[in-house]
Amino acid sequence: MADVNRGNRPLSPHLQVYRPQVTSVTSIFARITGVALLGATILVVWWFLAAASGPEYFNFVNGLMTSWFGDLVMFAALWAVCYHFLSGLRHLYWDAGRGFEVAFAEKMAWGVIFGSVILAVLVALVL
Amino acid sequence: MVEFTLPKNSKITTGKTWPKPDGATNVRKFQIYRWNPDDGKNPSVDTYFLDMDKCGPMILDALIKIKTEVDPTLTFRRSCREGICGSCAMNIDGINTLACIYGLDEVKGDVKIYPLPHMPVVKDLIPDLTHFYAQHASIMPWLETKTNRPAKEWKQSIEDRKKLDGLYECVMCASCSTSCPSYWWNGDRYLGPAALLHAYRWIIDSRDEATGERLDSVEDPFKLYRCHTIMNCAKTCPKGLNPAKAIGQIKKMLVERNI
Repeated sequence: MADVNRGNRPLSPHLQVYRPQVTSVTSIFARITGVALLGATILVVWWFLAAASGPEYFNFVNGLMTSWFGDLVMFAALWAVCYHFLSGLRHLYWDAGRGFEVAFAEKMAWGVIFGSVILAVLVALVL
Repeated sequence: MVEFTLPKNSKITTGKTWPKPDGATNVRKFQIYRWNPDDGKNPSVDTYFLDMDKCGPMILDALIKIKTEVDPTLTFRRSCREGICGSCAMNIDGINTLACIYGLDEVKGDVKIYPLPHMPVVKDLIPDLTHFYAQHASIMPWLETKTNRPAKEWKQSIEDRKKLDGLYECVMCASCSTSCPSYWWNGDRYLGPAALLHAYRWIIDSRDEATGERLDSVEDPFKLYRCHTIMNCAKTCPKGLNPAKAIGQIKKMLVERNI
């Protein structure tokens, strides 16, 4: 039978109905942390540029970066580095053609989540 | 392209609430996506109630009961009722699976049923799979040979045959491809887990003589490399297959032939 209504077909719901999986959430966070780290890098470069441009401007920027809010942002960036790093290791393992079993992939996902928090806290304590 | 929200004509409204069965004590609520191509309205979610003491154990039993006893206009695909035809794939309780082999007892609370995600809807729970099938056809799902045809059959060792286990069982229900966010955003050019699993099934078939051409044809930033190992495909496959693993093997073969 000729299809009379092809043009007006609705798109079925996707993100609205699909249950988040631990592997899908960790996957999108790999990308989010990657993009966010670009922002953090710009902040650090700004800090260096301020140091090069003179004491007055440096004091202003340094004040921002070492305020409680600056510390919070820098800690978040530190966590993002840890997360992105562990996530990258997970991808390296996959690239070797291993670790695709669902149960194991989910273990790696939880490992990245807890591992990144632990690593970030450890690094923050050491520094 | 990434679009997080639904287009205007696809926004879901609240639909009709159908009456509860008389004298039932064990009642369960079903929320089911409805769209009628003929009334010009947006899709809606209808609410149904069923007496669980008089219903079979599977999601498909409930759907058939609704169609038979409550609302004959409810439309869905089904055929074999034993997970081999792949017709009744839909989004049930937030994951894609086959209604016929998914138990009502596997769902906690109300049963929410939608068509396979991010697909054009033909009616109610029926998605348009034209593009999905075309992608399957594009990977040449048949044996390609160059040598002369043998007197009898193309022979294969037991070990080589074993390599096809976990691949040939795919019933093309489209649960995996439509669970994949990459396929949602780039399904026009990304082949998706189902087609790529089939591509791998022929790539590693010892009898096939077009392995190189097959690898060439998938070596593409969109066709293959939109897979970011999100793993929704393997997690949701109602047959317990692992398309993510098959895609990983193809990527590995592509690296190996370049070194």
